Amino acid sequence: MPDAAAIVAALAPAVPGARLEDGQALDQPTIVVPREHLVPACRALRDQPGLRFDVLADMTAVDRWPGEPRFEVVYHLLSTSAPARLRLEVALDRDDAHVPTVRGVWESAGWLEREVWDLFGVVFDGHGDLRRLLMPEDWDGHPLRKDYPVQIRMKPKVYAPLQVTEAEFHAQIEKDRTVRGGTGLERGREKKG
Amino acid sequence: MTELRTETMTVNMGPQHPSTHGVLRLVLQLDGETVVSVQPTIGYLHTGIEKTAEAKKFQQVIPLVERMDYLSSHSNSLGFALSVEALLGLEVPRRVQDIRVLLVELQRINSHLVWLGTHGMELGAVSIMLYTFRERELILDINELIAGFRMFPSYIRVGGLREDLPPGFHEAVRRVLDLLPGKIEEYEDLLTKNAIYRKRTRGVGVISAADALSYALVGPIARGSGVAYDVRKAFPYSGYETYDFQVPVGTRGDVFDRYLVRIEEMRESIALCRQALERIPPRGEWAADDPRVVPPPKDRVYTEMEALIQHFLIYSQGFVVPPGEAYVPVEGPRGEHGCYVVSDGGNRPWRVKMRSPSMLACQALHKMIVGGMIADVIAVIGSIDVVMGDVDR
Repeated sequence: MPDAAAIVAALAPAVPGARLEDGQALDQPTIVVPREHLVPACRALRDQPGLRFDVLADMTAVDRWPGEPRFEVVYHLLSTSAPARLRLEVALDRDDAHVPTVRGVWESAGWLEREVWDLFGVVFDGHGDLRRLLMPEDWDGHPLRKDYPVQIRMKPKVYAPLQVTEAEFHAQIEKDRTVRGGTGLERGREKKG
Repeated sequence: MTELRTETMTVNMGPQHPSTHGVLRLVLQLDGETVVSVQPTIGYLHTGIEKTAEAKKFQQVIPLVERMDYLSSHSNSLGFALSVEALLGLEVPRRVQDIRVLLVELQRINSHLVWLGTHGMELGAVSIMLYTFRERELILDINELIAGFRMFPSYIRVGGLREDLPPGFHEAVRRVLDLLPGKIEEYEDLLTKNAIYRKRTRGVGVISAADALSYALVGPIARGSGVAYDVRKAFPYSGYETYDFQVPVGTRGDVFDRYLVRIEEMRESIALCRQALERIPPRGEWAADDPRVVPPPKDRVYTEMEALIQHFLIYSQGFVVPPGEAYVPVEGPRGEHGCYVVSDGGNRPWRVKMRSPSMLACQALHKMIVGGMIADVIAVIGSIDVVMGDVDR
Protein backbone atom coordinates (compact mmCIF):
# COMPACT_ATOMS: atom_id res chain seq x y z
CA MET A 1 0.00 0.00 0.00
CA PRO A 2 1.53 3.37 -0.96
CA ASP A 3 1.87 5.88 1.87
CA ALA A 4 0.25 9.30 1.99
CA ALA A 5 3.37 11.17 0.86
CA ALA A 6 3.63 9.06 -2.31
CA ILE A 7 -0.02 9.67 -3.15
CA VAL A 8 0.36 13.40 -2.51
CA ALA A 9 3.36 13.45 -4.87
CA ALA A 10 1.43 11.58 -7.57
CA LEU A 11 -1.57 13.82 -7.15
CA ALA A 12 0.20 17.18 -7.06
CA PRO A 13 0.43 17.75 -10.87
CA ALA A 14 -3.32 17.17 -11.27
CA VAL A 15 -4.29 19.84 -8.73
CA PRO A 16 -1.78 22.67 -9.14
CA GLY A 17 -1.52 25.03 -6.22
CA ALA A 18 -3.42 22.83 -3.80
CA ARG A 19 -2.07 22.34 -0.29
CA LEU A 20 -2.38 18.61 0.27
CA GLU A 21 -1.36 17.55 3.74
CA ASP A 22 -0.61 14.17 5.20
CA GLY A 23 -3.33 13.48 7.77
CA GLN A 24 -1.01 11.27 9.90
CA ALA A 25 -3.47 8.48 10.56
CA LEU A 26 -2.30 5.14 11.93
CA ASP A 27 -4.48 2.77 9.96
CA GLN A 28 -4.39 3.97 6.36
CA PRO A 29 -2.95 6.86 4.28
CA THR A 30 -4.90 10.03 4.90
CA ILE A 31 -4.81 13.27 2.93
CA VAL A 32 -6.35 16.59 3.92
CA VAL A 33 -7.69 18.29 0.82
CA PRO A 34 -8.83 21.93 0.57
CA ARG A 35 -12.46 22.19 -0.39
CA GLU A 36 -11.94 24.02 -3.69
CA HIS A 37 -9.59 21.30 -4.96
CA LEU A 38 -11.73 18.36 -3.89
CA VAL A 39 -13.42 17.48 -7.18
CA PRO A 40 -10.31 17.72 -9.41
CA ALA A 41 -8.37 15.71 -6.83
CA CYS A 42 -11.06 13.02 -6.73
CA ARG A 43 -11.19 12.84 -10.51
CA ALA A 44 -7.42 12.42 -10.66
CA LEU A 45 -7.50 9.80 -7.91
CA ARG A 46 -10.06 7.82 -9.89
CA ASP A 47 -8.55 8.10 -13.37
CA GLN A 48 -4.81 8.54 -12.99
CA PRO A 49 -2.83 5.37 -13.76
CA GLY A 50 -1.08 4.17 -10.64
CA LEU A 51 -3.84 5.50 -8.39
CA ARG A 52 -7.17 4.22 -9.77
CA PHE A 53 -9.33 4.59 -6.71
CA ASP A 54 -12.42 3.23 -8.43
CA VAL A 55 -14.67 2.91 -5.36
CA LEU A 56 -15.93 5.48 -2.91
CA ALA A 57 -16.45 2.89 -0.20
CA ASP A 58 -17.88 5.11 2.48
CA MET A 59 -18.33 8.68 3.44
CA THR A 60 -19.22 10.43 6.62
CA ALA A 61 -18.58 13.54 8.66
CA VAL A 62 -17.26 14.33 12.11
CA ASP A 63 -18.51 17.24 14.18
CA ARG A 64 -15.68 18.75 16.27
CA TRP A 65 -17.95 21.19 18.08
CA PRO A 66 -17.07 23.41 19.89
CA GLY A 67 -13.68 23.21 18.15
CA GLU A 68 -12.82 24.88 14.87
CA PRO A 69 -12.85 23.97 12.01
CA ARG A 70 -16.05 22.41 13.11
CA PHE A 71 -16.79 19.76 10.46
CA GLU A 72 -14.60 17.20 8.79
CA VAL A 73 -16.09 15.44 5.79
CA VAL A 74 -14.37 12.07 5.46
CA TYR A 75 -14.17 10.02 2.26
CA HIS A 76 -12.97 6.41 2.31
CA LEU A 77 -11.61 5.48 -1.10
CA LEU A 78 -10.71 2.02 -2.29
CA SER A 79 -8.75 0.77 -5.25
CA THR A 80 -9.85 -2.76 -6.03
CA SER A 81 -7.10 -3.34 -8.57
CA ALA A 82 -4.04 -2.34 -6.48
CA PRO A 83 -5.51 -3.01 -3.77
CA ALA A 84 -5.12 0.18 -1.78
CA ARG A 85 -7.11 2.42 0.50
CA LEU A 86 -7.06 6.15 1.04
CA ARG A 87 -8.89 8.53 3.31
CA LEU A 88 -9.64 12.08 2.21
CA GLU A 89 -10.60 14.74 4.69
CA VAL A 90 -12.09 18.15 4.06
CA ALA A 91 -12.24 20.58 6.96
CA LEU A 92 -15.16 23.04 7.09
CA ASP A 93 -15.87 26.08 9.20
CA ARG A 94 -18.94 26.39 11.36
CA ASP A 95 -20.63 29.10 9.30
CA ASP A 96 -19.65 27.81 5.91
CA ALA A 97 -20.45 24.09 5.83
CA HIS A 98 -20.47 23.69 2.05
CA VAL A 99 -18.63 21.09 -0.03
CA PRO A 100 -18.82 20.48 -3.78
CA THR A 101 -20.46 17.18 -4.59
CA VAL A 102 -18.42 14.22 -5.87
CA ARG A 103 -21.49 12.56 -7.31
CA GLY A 104 -20.08 13.12 -10.79
CA VAL A 105 -17.03 11.05 -9.89
CA TRP A 106 -18.58 8.12 -8.00
CA GLU A 107 -22.30 7.28 -8.19
CA SER A 108 -22.28 5.95 -4.64
CA ALA A 109 -21.87 9.52 -3.35
CA GLY A 110 -25.56 10.17 -4.10
CA TRP A 111 -27.06 8.65 -0.96
CA LEU A 112 -23.91 8.99 1.14
CA GLU A 113 -23.98 12.77 0.69
CA ARG A 114 -27.70 12.83 1.37
CA GLU A 115 -27.05 10.99 4.63
CA VAL A 116 -24.34 13.43 5.69
CA TRP A 117 -26.59 16.37 4.88
CA ASP A 118 -29.46 14.76 6.77
CA LEU A 119 -27.48 14.00 9.91
CA PHE A 120 -24.93 16.85 9.96
CA GLY A 121 -26.38 19.64 7.83
CA VAL A 122 -23.34 19.84 5.58
CA VAL A 123 -24.50 21.13 2.19
CA PHE A 124 -23.20 19.46 -0.97
CA ASP A 125 -23.23 22.06 -3.75
CA GLY A 126 -24.44 20.76 -7.08
CA HIS A 127 -25.83 17.51 -5.67
CA GLY A 128 -29.26 18.09 -7.22
CA ASP A 129 -31.22 15.76 -4.96
CA LEU A 130 -30.29 16.79 -1.44
CA ARG A 131 -33.24 15.45 0.52
CA ARG A 132 -33.41 13.78 3.91
CA LEU A 133 -32.51 10.11 3.75
CA LEU A 134 -32.88 8.55 7.19
CA MET A 135 -34.88 11.13 9.15
CA PRO A 136 -38.49 11.99 8.31
CA GLU A 137 -38.93 14.68 5.66
CA ASP A 138 -40.41 17.19 8.12
CA TRP A 139 -37.69 16.78 10.76
CA ASP A 140 -36.06 19.87 12.26
CA GLY A 141 -32.32 19.97 12.80
CA HIS A 142 -29.48 17.56 12.14
CA PRO A 143 -29.25 14.93 14.86
CA LEU A 144 -25.59 13.90 14.68
CA ARG A 145 -24.39 17.44 15.39
CA LYS A 146 -22.85 17.62 18.81
CA ASP A 147 -25.01 20.59 19.88
CA TYR A 148 -28.21 18.80 18.95
CA PRO A 149 -30.35 18.42 22.07
CA VAL A 150 -30.40 14.70 22.71
CA GLN A 151 -33.04 14.24 25.35
CA ILE A 152 -35.87 16.53 24.37
CA ARG A 153 -38.91 16.45 26.58
CA MET A 154 -41.77 17.00 24.17
CA LYS A 155 -44.96 18.44 25.61
CA PRO A 156 -47.50 15.62 25.55
CA LYS A 157 -50.24 16.27 23.06
CA VAL A 158 -53.56 16.64 24.86
CA TYR A 159 -56.84 16.23 23.14
CA ALA A 160 -59.66 17.98 25.00
CA PRO A 161 -62.53 15.60 25.65
CA LEU A 162 -65.75 16.32 23.84
CA GLN A 163 -67.58 18.99 25.81
CA VAL A 164 -71.25 18.07 26.09
CA THR A 165 -73.66 19.17 28.80
CA GLU A 166 -76.02 16.71 30.36
CA ALA A 167 -79.00 18.28 28.61
CA GLU A 168 -77.27 17.97 25.20
CA PHE A 169 -76.35 14.38 25.96
CA HIS A 170 -79.95 13.42 26.68
CA ALA A 171 -81.18 15.41 23.68
CA GLN A 172 -78.83 13.45 21.40
CA ILE A 173 -80.05 10.14 22.76
CA GLU A 174 -83.62 11.23 22.30
CA LYS A 175 -82.87 12.30 18.72
CA ASP A 176 -81.23 8.97 18.03
CA ARG A 177 -84.23 7.16 19.41
CA THR A 178 -86.72 9.02 17.23
CA VAL A 179 -84.62 8.41 14.12
CA ARG A 180 -84.33 4.68 14.71
CA GLY A 181 -87.78 4.33 16.15
CA GLY A 182 -87.03 3.17 19.67
CA THR A 183 -83.95 1.72 21.38
CA GLY A 184 -82.73 -1.80 21.04
CA LEU A 185 -83.75 -2.47 24.62
CA GLU A 186 -87.36 -1.77 23.92
CA ARG A 187 -87.33 -4.01 20.87
CA GLY A 188 -85.93 -6.80 22.98
CA ARG A 189 -88.73 -6.37 25.49
CA GLU A 190 -91.35 -6.45 22.76
CA LYS A 191 -90.00 -9.73 21.46
CA LYS A 192 -90.14 -11.24 24.91
CA GLY A 193 -93.67 -10.05 25.48
CA MET B 1 -64.94 3.20 -29.78
CA THR B 2 -63.07 4.45 -26.71
CA GLU B 3 -59.46 5.40 -27.13
CA LEU B 4 -56.80 3.21 -25.48
CA ARG B 5 -55.13 4.93 -22.53
CA THR B 6 -51.37 4.58 -22.56
CA GLU B 7 -50.04 6.49 -19.54
CA THR B 8 -47.80 4.79 -16.99
CA MET B 9 -49.08 3.56 -13.67
CA THR B 10 -47.58 4.33 -10.26
CA VAL B 11 -47.46 1.40 -7.86
CA ASN B 12 -46.44 1.69 -4.25
CA MET B 13 -44.65 -1.32 -2.83
CA GLY B 14 -44.06 -1.43 0.88
CA PRO B 15 -43.04 -0.36 3.46
CA GLN B 16 -44.96 -3.35 4.77
CA HIS B 17 -44.58 -5.67 1.84
CA PRO B 18 -43.70 -9.23 2.84
CA SER B 19 -40.83 -9.57 0.40
CA THR B 20 -39.01 -6.30 0.95
CA HIS B 21 -37.13 -7.85 3.88
CA GLY B 22 -38.24 -5.37 6.45
CA VAL B 23 -39.46 -1.86 5.89
CA LEU B 24 -38.27 -0.80 2.45
CA ARG B 25 -40.62 1.23 0.32
CA LEU B 26 -40.43 1.34 -3.45
CA VAL B 27 -42.49 3.63 -5.66
CA LEU B 28 -42.53 2.03 -9.09
CA GLN B 29 -43.58 3.56 -12.40
CA LEU B 30 -44.95 0.84 -14.63
CA ASP B 31 -45.56 0.78 -18.33
CA GLY B 32 -47.70 -2.31 -18.60
CA GLU B 33 -45.60 -4.80 -16.69
CA THR B 34 -42.28 -3.13 -17.44
CA VAL B 35 -40.69 -1.00 -14.74
CA VAL B 36 -39.92 2.51 -15.99
CA SER B 37 -38.52 4.00 -12.81
CA VAL B 38 -38.10 3.13 -9.15
CA GLN B 39 -37.80 5.42 -6.15
CA PRO B 40 -36.65 3.65 -2.98
CA THR B 41 -37.47 5.26 0.36
CA ILE B 42 -35.60 4.16 3.46
CA GLY B 43 -35.33 5.32 7.02
CA TYR B 44 -38.33 3.57 8.58
CA LEU B 45 -36.02 1.61 10.87
CA HIS B 46 -33.66 4.46 11.79
CA THR B 47 -32.91 4.14 15.47
CA GLY B 48 -29.99 6.52 15.84
CA ILE B 49 -27.51 3.88 16.95
CA GLU B 50 -24.55 6.04 15.90
CA LYS B 51 -25.78 8.87 18.09
CA THR B 52 -26.42 6.54 21.01
CA ALA B 53 -22.93 5.09 20.66
CA GLU B 54 -21.38 8.50 21.28
CA ALA B 55 -22.79 8.45 24.80
CA LYS B 56 -21.56 4.95 25.65
CA LYS B 57 -18.20 3.67 26.81
CA PHE B 58 -16.22 1.80 24.16
CA GLN B 59 -17.05 -1.68 25.39
CA GLN B 60 -20.74 -0.76 25.68
CA VAL B 61 -20.89 0.04 21.96
CA ILE B 62 -20.44 -3.64 21.05
CA PRO B 63 -24.06 -4.67 21.73
CA LEU B 64 -25.28 -1.56 19.91
CA VAL B 65 -23.39 -2.15 16.67
CA GLU B 66 -24.42 -5.81 16.71
CA ARG B 67 -28.00 -4.69 16.35
CA MET B 68 -27.35 -2.76 13.14
CA ASP B 69 -26.99 -5.63 10.71
CA TYR B 70 -28.89 -8.17 12.75
CA LEU B 71 -27.92 -11.13 10.59
CA SER B 72 -24.19 -10.56 10.93
CA SER B 73 -23.75 -9.50 14.52
CA HIS B 74 -20.27 -11.03 14.80
CA SER B 75 -19.00 -9.07 11.77
CA ASN B 76 -20.31 -5.83 13.21
CA SER B 77 -18.69 -6.33 16.59
CA LEU B 78 -15.48 -7.54 14.93
CA GLY B 79 -15.33 -4.40 12.74
CA PHE B 80 -15.77 -2.16 15.75
CA ALA B 81 -13.36 -4.12 17.92
CA LEU B 82 -10.65 -4.10 15.24
CA SER B 83 -10.93 -0.34 14.76
CA VAL B 84 -10.70 0.37 18.48
CA GLU B 85 -7.84 -2.09 18.83
CA ALA B 86 -6.05 -0.27 16.00
CA LEU B 87 -6.42 2.97 17.94
CA LEU B 88 -5.21 1.32 21.14
CA GLY B 89 -2.32 -0.37 19.35
CA LEU B 90 -3.51 -3.68 20.73
CA GLU B 91 -2.50 -7.11 19.39
CA VAL B 92 -4.84 -9.93 20.28
CA PRO B 93 -3.38 -13.44 20.67
CA ARG B 94 -3.33 -15.92 17.80
CA ARG B 95 -5.99 -18.11 19.42
CA VAL B 96 -8.41 -15.20 19.77
CA GLN B 97 -7.95 -14.34 16.10
CA ASP B 98 -8.72 -17.91 15.10
CA ILE B 99 -11.84 -18.04 17.27
CA ARG B 100 -12.98 -14.76 15.75
CA VAL B 101 -12.46 -16.13 12.23
CA LEU B 102 -14.42 -19.26 13.12
CA LEU B 103 -17.34 -17.29 14.55
CA VAL B 104 -17.46 -14.80 11.68
CA GLU B 105 -17.44 -17.57 9.09
CA LEU B 106 -20.21 -19.44 10.94
CA GLN B 107 -22.10 -16.16 10.95
CA ARG B 108 -21.63 -15.85 7.19
CA ILE B 109 -23.16 -19.30 6.67
CA ASN B 110 -25.99 -18.34 9.01
CA SER B 111 -26.70 -15.12 7.12
CA HIS B 112 -26.53 -16.81 3.72
CA LEU B 113 -28.94 -19.50 4.94
CA VAL B 114 -31.49 -16.86 5.89
CA TRP B 115 -30.95 -15.15 2.55
CA LEU B 116 -31.31 -18.41 0.63
CA GLY B 117 -34.48 -19.39 2.42
CA THR B 118 -36.25 -16.07 2.03
CA HIS B 119 -35.05 -15.52 -1.53
CA GLY B 120 -36.18 -18.98 -2.59
CA MET B 121 -39.52 -18.58 -0.89
CA GLU B 122 -40.18 -15.28 -2.64
CA LEU B 123 -39.70 -16.98 -5.97
CA GLY B 124 -42.15 -19.73 -5.09
CA ALA B 125 -39.75 -22.38 -3.78
CA VAL B 126 -41.32 -22.44 -0.34
CA SER B 127 -39.80 -25.67 0.93
CA ILE B 128 -36.20 -24.37 0.83
CA MET B 129 -37.03 -21.87 3.54
CA LEU B 130 -37.96 -24.65 5.96
CA TYR B 131 -34.71 -26.50 5.27
CA THR B 132 -32.37 -23.52 5.56
CA PHE B 133 -33.98 -22.31 8.76
CA ARG B 134 -33.60 -25.81 10.18
CA GLU B 135 -29.83 -25.68 9.60
CA ARG B 136 -29.58 -22.07 10.70
CA GLU B 137 -30.99 -23.15 14.05
CA LEU B 138 -27.88 -25.29 14.59
CA ILE B 139 -25.61 -22.27 14.14
CA LEU B 140 -27.75 -20.20 16.47
CA ASP B 141 -27.38 -23.01 18.99
CA ILE B 142 -23.61 -22.50 18.86
CA ASN B 143 -24.13 -18.80 19.59
CA GLU B 144 -26.26 -19.84 22.52
CA LEU B 145 -23.58 -22.21 23.70
CA ILE B 146 -20.83 -19.58 23.77
CA ALA B 147 -22.82 -16.60 24.98
CA GLY B 148 -26.31 -17.61 26.04
CA PHE B 149 -27.69 -15.34 23.36
CA ARG B 150 -28.68 -16.49 19.89
CA MET B 151 -28.87 -13.42 17.70
CA PHE B 152 -26.64 -10.86 19.43
CA PRO B 153 -24.01 -12.77 21.40
CA SER B 154 -21.68 -9.77 22.12
CA TYR B 155 -18.98 -12.39 22.40
CA ILE B 156 -16.31 -10.54 20.43
CA ARG B 157 -15.12 -7.68 22.61
CA VAL B 158 -12.52 -4.98 22.35
CA GLY B 159 -9.34 -6.71 23.48
CA GLY B 160 -10.44 -10.25 22.77
CA LEU B 161 -13.48 -12.28 23.70
CA ARG B 162 -15.94 -12.16 26.54
CA GLU B 163 -14.70 -15.39 28.10
CA ASP B 164 -13.12 -18.67 27.14
CA LEU B 165 -14.88 -21.23 24.98
CA PRO B 166 -17.30 -23.47 26.87
CA PRO B 167 -16.64 -27.22 27.21
CA GLY B 168 -18.00 -29.16 24.27
CA PHE B 169 -17.58 -26.29 21.82
CA HIS B 170 -15.34 -28.17 19.39
CA GLU B 171 -17.68 -31.17 19.20
CA ALA B 172 -20.72 -28.94 18.68
CA VAL B 173 -19.08 -27.00 15.84
CA ARG B 174 -17.71 -30.16 14.25
CA ARG B 175 -21.18 -31.72 14.25
CA VAL B 176 -22.56 -28.71 12.35
CA LEU B 177 -19.62 -28.61 9.92
CA ASP B 178 -20.04 -32.32 9.15
CA LEU B 179 -23.72 -31.86 8.49
CA LEU B 180 -23.67 -28.71 6.34
CA PRO B 181 -21.93 -29.84 3.11
CA GLY B 182 -24.58 -32.47 2.47
CA LYS B 183 -27.32 -29.96 3.17
CA ILE B 184 -25.85 -27.45 0.73
CA GLU B 185 -25.90 -30.21 -1.90
CA GLU B 186 -29.59 -30.61 -1.16
CA TYR B 187 -30.26 -26.89 -1.59
CA GLU B 188 -28.48 -26.99 -4.90
CA ASP B 189 -30.60 -29.94 -5.98
CA LEU B 190 -33.67 -27.91 -5.12
CA LEU B 191 -32.67 -24.66 -6.84
CA THR B 192 -29.58 -24.79 -9.06
CA LYS B 193 -31.03 -27.50 -11.26
CA ASN B 194 -34.58 -26.26 -10.94
CA ALA B 195 -35.85 -25.12 -14.34
CA ILE B 196 -38.35 -22.64 -12.88
CA TYR B 197 -35.77 -21.07 -10.57
CA ARG B 198 -33.29 -20.72 -13.41
CA LYS B 199 -35.87 -19.12 -15.67
CA ARG B 200 -36.77 -16.61 -12.98
CA THR B 201 -33.18 -15.64 -12.25
CA ARG B 202 -31.01 -16.08 -15.38
CA GLY B 203 -30.40 -12.71 -17.04
CA VAL B 204 -32.56 -10.91 -14.44
CA GLY B 205 -31.33 -7.89 -12.52
CA VAL B 206 -28.03 -7.59 -14.35
CA ILE B 207 -25.49 -5.05 -13.08
CA SER B 208 -22.16 -4.54 -14.83
CA ALA B 209 -18.86 -4.67 -12.98
CA ALA B 210 -18.25 -0.96 -13.69
CA ASP B 211 -21.64 0.01 -12.27
CA ALA B 212 -21.18 -2.25 -9.26
CA LEU B 213 -17.89 -0.49 -8.43
CA SER B 214 -19.24 2.98 -9.09
CA TYR B 215 -22.10 2.26 -6.68
CA ALA B 216 -19.61 0.74 -4.18
CA LEU B 217 -21.33 -2.66 -4.08
CA VAL B 218 -18.09 -4.38 -3.08
CA GLY B 219 -19.06 -7.80 -1.78
CA PRO B 220 -21.13 -10.67 -3.18
CA ILE B 221 -22.92 -8.35 -5.64
CA ALA B 222 -19.70 -7.13 -7.30
CA ARG B 223 -18.27 -10.65 -7.19
CA GLY B 224 -21.36 -11.87 -9.03
CA SER B 225 -20.45 -9.34 -11.73
CA GLY B 226 -16.88 -10.58 -11.92
CA VAL B 227 -14.97 -8.27 -9.55
CA ALA B 228 -12.69 -10.58 -7.58
CA TYR B 229 -12.36 -8.20 -4.64
CA ASP B 230 -12.66 -9.62 -1.15
CA VAL B 231 -11.48 -7.78 1.96
CA ARG B 232 -10.20 -11.05 3.41
CA LYS B 233 -7.76 -11.37 0.49
CA ALA B 234 -7.05 -7.70 -0.26
CA PHE B 235 -6.63 -6.37 3.30
CA PRO B 236 -6.32 -9.45 5.52
CA TYR B 237 -7.27 -9.05 9.17
CA SER B 238 -7.39 -11.52 12.08
CA GLY B 239 -4.87 -13.72 10.29
CA TYR B 240 -6.91 -14.47 7.15
CA GLU B 241 -3.68 -14.43 5.16
CA THR B 242 -2.73 -17.72 6.80
CA TYR B 243 -5.92 -19.51 5.71
CA ASP B 244 -6.42 -21.39 2.49
CA PHE B 245 -9.64 -20.39 0.73
CA GLN B 246 -10.95 -19.27 -2.66
CA VAL B 247 -13.02 -16.23 -3.57
CA PRO B 248 -15.89 -17.37 -5.81
CA VAL B 249 -16.57 -15.00 -8.70
CA GLY B 250 -19.45 -14.92 -11.18
CA THR B 251 -19.43 -13.64 -14.73
CA ARG B 252 -22.85 -12.38 -15.77
CA GLY B 253 -23.86 -10.23 -12.81
CA ASP B 254 -27.45 -11.48 -12.75
CA VAL B 255 -29.52 -12.87 -9.89
CA PHE B 256 -28.45 -16.43 -10.65
CA ASP B 257 -24.73 -15.61 -10.49
CA ARG B 258 -25.16 -13.81 -7.21
CA TYR B 259 -26.94 -16.94 -5.97
CA LEU B 260 -24.07 -19.18 -7.12
CA VAL B 261 -21.48 -16.88 -5.53
CA ARG B 262 -23.22 -17.07 -2.16
CA ILE B 263 -23.66 -20.84 -2.34
CA GLU B 264 -19.94 -21.23 -3.06
CA GLU B 265 -19.12 -18.78 -0.28
CA MET B 266 -20.91 -21.06 2.16
CA ARG B 267 -18.68 -23.96 1.05
CA GLU B 268 -15.56 -21.80 1.43
CA SER B 269 -16.73 -20.72 4.86
CA ILE B 270 -17.09 -24.34 5.92
CA ALA B 271 -13.50 -24.97 4.78
CA LEU B 272 -12.35 -21.89 6.71
CA CYS B 273 -14.21 -23.04 9.83
CA ARG B 274 -12.56 -26.45 9.63
CA GLN B 275 -9.08 -24.89 9.38
CA ALA B 276 -9.81 -22.53 12.27
CA LEU B 277 -11.21 -25.31 14.43
CA GLU B 278 -8.04 -27.34 13.92
CA ARG B 279 -5.94 -24.42 15.16
CA ILE B 280 -7.93 -23.57 18.27
CA PRO B 281 -6.80 -25.43 21.38
CA PRO B 282 -9.75 -26.18 23.69
CA ARG B 283 -8.24 -24.10 26.49
CA GLY B 284 -6.01 -21.07 26.25
CA GLU B 285 -5.86 -17.30 26.01
CA TRP B 286 -9.16 -15.62 25.25
CA ALA B 287 -8.14 -11.96 25.53
CA ALA B 288 -5.12 -9.76 25.08
CA ASP B 289 -2.76 -9.40 28.00
CA ASP B 290 -3.50 -5.73 28.50
CA PRO B 291 -4.61 -4.52 31.92
CA ARG B 292 -5.96 -1.27 30.43
CA VAL B 293 -8.75 -3.04 28.59
CA VAL B 294 -9.15 -6.59 29.85
CA PRO B 295 -10.29 -7.11 33.44
CA PRO B 296 -8.31 -9.57 35.55
CA PRO B 297 -9.66 -13.11 36.06
CA LYS B 298 -12.36 -13.46 38.68
CA ASP B 299 -10.34 -15.57 41.14
CA ARG B 300 -7.77 -12.77 41.36
CA VAL B 301 -10.51 -10.14 41.74
CA TYR B 302 -11.82 -12.00 44.78
CA THR B 303 -8.42 -12.33 46.43
CA GLU B 304 -6.21 -9.35 45.46
CA MET B 305 -6.90 -5.70 46.13
CA GLU B 306 -5.15 -4.41 42.98
CA ALA B 307 -7.13 -6.76 40.80
CA LEU B 308 -10.35 -5.65 42.44
CA ILE B 309 -9.52 -1.98 41.81
CA GLN B 310 -8.63 -2.69 38.22
CA HIS B 311 -11.83 -4.66 37.70
CA PHE B 312 -13.85 -1.84 39.23
CA LEU B 313 -12.17 0.81 37.09
CA ILE B 314 -12.73 -1.06 33.84
CA TYR B 315 -16.40 -1.69 34.54
CA SER B 316 -17.23 1.74 35.97
CA GLN B 317 -15.13 4.12 33.88
CA GLY B 318 -14.19 1.99 30.91
CA PHE B 319 -10.84 2.60 29.28
CA VAL B 320 -9.30 5.58 27.54
CA VAL B 321 -8.54 5.38 23.84
CA PRO B 322 -5.83 7.68 22.42
CA PRO B 323 -7.10 10.41 20.08
CA GLY B 324 -7.22 9.47 16.42
CA GLU B 325 -9.33 7.79 13.83
CA ALA B 326 -9.41 4.28 12.43
CA TYR B 327 -11.36 2.33 9.85
CA VAL B 328 -10.58 -1.37 9.60
CA PRO B 329 -12.66 -3.08 6.91
CA VAL B 330 -13.96 -6.59 7.39
CA GLU B 331 -15.77 -8.82 4.91
CA GLY B 332 -19.32 -9.23 6.15
CA PRO B 333 -21.94 -11.48 4.57
CA ARG B 334 -23.26 -8.54 2.56
CA GLY B 335 -19.94 -7.08 1.55
CA GLU B 336 -17.42 -4.74 3.05
CA HIS B 337 -18.34 -3.86 6.61
CA GLY B 338 -16.23 -1.69 8.76
CA CYS B 339 -16.47 0.78 11.52
CA TYR B 340 -14.99 4.26 11.34
CA VAL B 341 -14.19 5.18 14.93
CA VAL B 342 -12.98 8.60 16.02
CA SER B 343 -11.69 9.09 19.53
CA ASP B 344 -10.95 12.40 21.24
CA GLY B 345 -8.88 10.70 23.92
CA GLY B 346 -11.74 9.98 26.28
CA ASN B 347 -13.50 6.82 27.39
CA ARG B 348 -16.37 7.25 24.94
CA PRO B 349 -16.13 7.30 21.14
CA TRP B 350 -16.45 10.73 19.56
CA ARG B 351 -17.94 9.28 16.39
CA VAL B 352 -18.91 5.78 15.29
CA LYS B 353 -19.88 5.16 11.68
CA MET B 354 -20.64 1.71 10.36
CA ARG B 355 -20.29 1.22 6.64
CA SER B 356 -23.60 -0.07 5.40
CA PRO B 357 -23.40 -2.36 2.34
CA SER B 358 -27.18 -2.80 2.31
CA MET B 359 -27.84 0.93 2.01
CA LEU B 360 -25.56 1.20 -1.00
CA ALA B 361 -27.30 -1.83 -2.54
CA CYS B 362 -30.67 -0.09 -2.15
CA GLN B 363 -29.24 2.98 -3.85
CA ALA B 364 -28.28 0.91 -6.90
CA LEU B 365 -31.62 -0.90 -7.10
CA HIS B 366 -32.74 1.14 -10.10
CA LYS B 367 -29.77 -0.12 -12.12
CA MET B 368 -31.03 -3.68 -11.68
CA ILE B 369 -34.79 -3.13 -11.78
CA VAL B 370 -35.53 -0.50 -14.44
CA GLY B 371 -36.33 -2.07 -17.79
CA GLY B 372 -37.27 -5.40 -16.23
CA MET B 373 -40.64 -6.86 -15.36
CA ILE B 374 -42.45 -6.09 -12.14
CA ALA B 375 -42.37 -9.76 -11.12
CA ASP B 376 -38.56 -9.63 -11.27
CA VAL B 377 -38.42 -6.80 -8.73
CA ILE B 378 -38.94 -9.43 -6.03
CA ALA B 379 -36.14 -11.59 -7.41
CA VAL B 380 -33.74 -8.64 -7.50
CA ILE B 381 -34.51 -7.42 -3.98
CA GLY B 382 -33.96 -10.94 -2.74
CA SER B 383 -30.68 -11.24 -4.60
CA ILE B 384 -29.07 -8.10 -3.17
CA ASP B 385 -29.78 -9.44 0.34
CA VAL B 386 -30.62 -6.23 2.15
CA VAL B 387 -31.03 -6.13 5.90
CA MET B 388 -33.02 -3.07 6.79
CA GLY B 389 -31.43 -2.76 10.20
CA ASP B 390 -28.17 -2.20 8.37
CA VAL B 391 -29.72 0.21 5.84
CA ASP B 392 -31.26 2.53 8.41
CA ARG B 393 -29.09 1.96 11.47
